[in-house]
Parts: sequence; C-alpha cells; structure tokens
Amino acid sequence: MIETASLPARAGLGFKPQHAAAILGDRPDIGFFEVHAENYMGAGGPPHRMLAALGALYPISLHGVGLSIGGEGPLDAAHLARLRALVERSRPASFSEHLAWSTHDGAFLNDLLPLPYTPATLDRVVHHVDTVQQTLGRPMLIENPSTYLVFSESTIAEVDFLAAIAARTGCGLLLDVNNVMVSAVNHRLDPFLYLDRFPVEHVGEIHLAGYDETVDGAGDRLLIDAHGTPVAADVFALYRHALGRTGPVATLIEWDNAVPDFPTLHAEARRVDAALDAERARRNAALRVGVAA
Amino acid sequence: MNPVSQGAFAAALLDRGDAVPAGLAGRNGAADPLRLAVYRNNVRVGLARALAARFPVTARLVGDAFFRLMADAYVDDRRPASPLLAAYGDDFPDHVAGFPAAAGLAYLADTARLEAAVSRAYHAADAAPLGLADLAGLAGPELGLARLTPHPAAFLIRSAHPVGSIWRTHQKETVTAPDWRPETVLVVRPDLDVGVHLLPAADAGFAAALLDGTPLGSAAEAALAADPDFDFGRALTGLTTLGAFARAVIPGENDDQ
Repeated sequence: MIETASLPARAGLGFKPQHAAAILGDRPDIGFFEVHAENYMGAGGPPHRMLAALGALYPISLHGVGLSIGGEGPLDAAHLARLRALVERSRPASFSEHLAWSTHDGAFLNDLLPLPYTPATLDRVVHHVDTVQQTLGRPMLIENPSTYLVFSESTIAEVDFLAAIAARTGCGLLLDVNNVMVSAVNHRLDPFLYLDRFPVEHVGEIHLAGYDETVDGAGDRLLIDAHGTPVAADVFALYRHALGRTGPVATLIEWDNAVPDFPTLHAEARRVDAALDAERARRNAALRVGVAA
Repeated sequence: MNPVSQGAFAAALLDRGDAVPAGLAGRNGAADPLRLAVYRNNVRVGLARALAARFPVTARLVGDAFFRLMADAYVDDRRPASPLLAAYGDDFPDHVAGFPAAAGLAYLADTARLEAAVSRAYHAADAAPLGLADLAGLAGPELGLARLTPHPAAFLIRSAHPVGSIWRTHQKETVTAPDWRPETVLVVRPDLDVGVHLLPAADAGFAAALLDGTPLGSAAEAALAADPDFDFGRALTGLTTLGAFARAVIPGENDDQ
C-alpha cells in the first residue's frame, strides 16, 4: 500500500462554492479544506475546476458520504470507480468515509444509517474497507457515527468495533467529537469514557460540528447531528480532552447547513488552531518538566 | 435479540406510518418512533432539499409549501439511483407535468425542464465548442451534408410558454411578467459559465433538427419551408457562436472520429 501525504495538524474548513472567490482569491491561512467526494463526481464543469484550483493552494481532505461501507450488499462498483478517478484527479491528502450505510437495493437513501455491531457485521465492514483501500491503493479513515437508535442484536461496543476495523484493515480512524457527544447524550453514555477507550493511535483526523437539540418519545434530551451552528461549548471541552490523548491532529469544522459567511468560518478555525497550539504548548511544558526532573 | 435487516430499516424510513422495527431501540430498550423519525426526516428533508436546490425557480413559482408537496410525492416514487444527488430529479419535470394539483400551471413542467438542463450543463463533460473557423473550412457541397455533433453541455427546450423569460426574471430580486408566447431556449456551457439563450422563433426547428443529427442541408430546407424569413447563415452562425456544437462530421470523411 502506498503511503500518502497526511493532513497538517491544523484547523480545516469545508469548502463551499459560495466562498470560492474569498478562498481562491484571498488565500486565507487555513490548514486544509475538505470536500464531499460526491459533489465532484460529475463529468466536468466548474466543480472540477474549483477543486483543481483549491488543490493547488491547500491540502485536500476528500470525504465520502455515499460508499455505504456498512451496507449488507456489495459495494457499488460504479461508485467505487468514480471515487478512484476522483482520487487520481484530485490527489487528496486524506480520504475518509463513515461507519454507516446509505444505499439499499440500488436506492441511495441520502443519510448515514446505523448498523448493528456483531462479529458478522464486523467481517462485512472489514471486507468493504479492504476493497476500498485496494481499489484506491491507499489507506482510508473510518468515522464514528452519530446514532439515535441502538440494535438489540449488537454484541460489540462501538469503540471496540472501530479498533477491530483499524487493526484488521490497517485503516485509520476519523474521530468525530460532535458525534461522540450526540451518541453519548442520546444513549446515556459518558462521552469522556468513550474517548478514554478510543484507539487514539489510529486517529488521522478529528471532526467538530454543531448539534441541534430536541426530545425523544420519553421527553428526554435528544441531540441531532445538524452541522448548522458553531461548535457547542461542551463539544469543545470534549475536543480539548480528546487532544490530550491524540495530540495535535488535523481538525475539521463541519458547517454544512445555514452556512455563514467566510469570516465567521475563519473565526471558528482560529479557535480550533488556538486549541491545537495550547495542546502543543502543554506537551512541550510537560516535556521540559520531564527533562528537568 | 431481533436482527433488523437493512431492507426492513429502509422500508421503515420510507413508510408514511411510524412503526419501529422490532430490535431497534431507544433508551431503556423501548421502541421510540420519535428517534426513528430523526432518520426519516434526514432522508425525506434531505432529498426534498436536493430537489429544491436543483429546481429553485420552479420552487419559487409555486412557493415552498406547494413545492414540498410535489417533492414529497416524487420521493415516494423515486429514490436516487446513485449517491450523486446532482443527478437526482432528471425526471422530476415529468412528475411535475403529471402532478394533479399543478395541472393549471401549464408552464411549470417546462420551467423544471429548463432547470434540469441548466444543472446538467453545469456538470457536463468539458469540451471545446465548434468554432466559426471550423465551419468556414467546409466547402459548399460538404456543408449541406455535414452533421453537427451537439456539445455535451448543449440542451434545447422548446416550450409553448415563455420559459426562458420566466427563468431569467426569476434570477433577479424583482420579477416582471413576461410577454406570453412560445419560446425555444438553448442552454450551453462552452467554458465555465452556463448560458441560457432565447432563440429566434424561426430558428427553433432548425436548432432542434441539427441537435438531433439532421444534415445541415435538410435542416435548412425544412426551416425555410416552415418560415420564408429563415436566414440560414445567421441561424448557423448564431448557434455555433453560442457553443451549441462540438464538431462537424462530413459523411465518408471523418464520421469515424
């Protein structure tokens, strides 16, 4: 397997075409940009040109939402071929996808749907990740999901399921800290405990986002992974805790709905860069104390 | 334990009822329709939003609530055939044409057809358009036999309604009422920008014939027979300059290109 460039340990932003002039013209100091793979799989046109121009200026994180890695059926060969062509064309620093499924019986359902965690589903996901990595000739990252329901048939904890995928396929993991908070609140789990059990040695990127809040049928708090607001304070605190374990790592701010103007996104990126700098400083100080002792 | 197949999960997402498949639980193991509704909502709202993004003028003409009804009915019938949402809704205009509540809005389906063409042009393969210099190289007899290959981003919408004017005025904040007459619209993208051009009425049949692969001579004869004011040179130069064609093919010489 060919080792490829990795993302810088900086804040990154999702690339939105409405910000193309601000980004390509002003070249703001952003660590990297993420694009959703499926938006750049048309035959040609402005999306291809924008991606080429963006890739000439910044490292690209290519993030798929349509491979259906957790699907019961085989991977869609046509989609995999489109992905391979896009990877060859755009030379991203990273390619990531979700521990989820989105296609069934030839129909794309346009959501990241949950799967039960069992030895059988683990074998299936491992097989799919192997196929993707062989097709692309490079390792990928798999992202932990946000979930609203659990399967009574599940026998494996999510962190163990993810650790097993990474161990068996050699893939890396994308730690979505907002998803950790959303799932933890929804299933009454401790998000800090989840992070403390997460196999951080495989983390190649972190995602942050804003959540929405509603209530479930019992009237209890239910968080929705909504990507339409700034990162919540509790998620940011969880992020600092995660950095303490992972060390400084590329961190994307996801803001896909009610997208604000570019300066607002840039300010969020500065907040994340400051947290990354603080973690670097903390580690350097700890090292100095260690040397002095 | 109750294993939940993805077929059962998918069916529950698309069903209009609120049954939760056994084996899917919320907190304390209880089935909770409100939790399943989060996924249902993501699917339905997401697909309706994809249609609204592709058909913004159609949505503006009928308002968000009415458009949502049409989109919901479409989502009931058609799921995306691939994760490329830009292609979702290729046949949404036909759905609009057959949507009973929109029967009184005869121009609506053609407006959606124009919008579908605009987004297809945006994502079409890049190609250098045929230029006037390429046409000038064709000798007289060859010219009549030549067929012009449509540019990958060229689409023609012939409507009994002023769809081009409707589309144009809805690109602005203030909408003005168009003159109510049939229009033929050529959608092109010779380079980066999608162009939406109203063709002279006399050129409509000629443009349609050429884009269907009719040789230039036969297309010109038919256009002249239909309208004595048809001007072959002006029409051909105009369509070519707009970027309607990719190349000229002369039978027997370069039709294998």
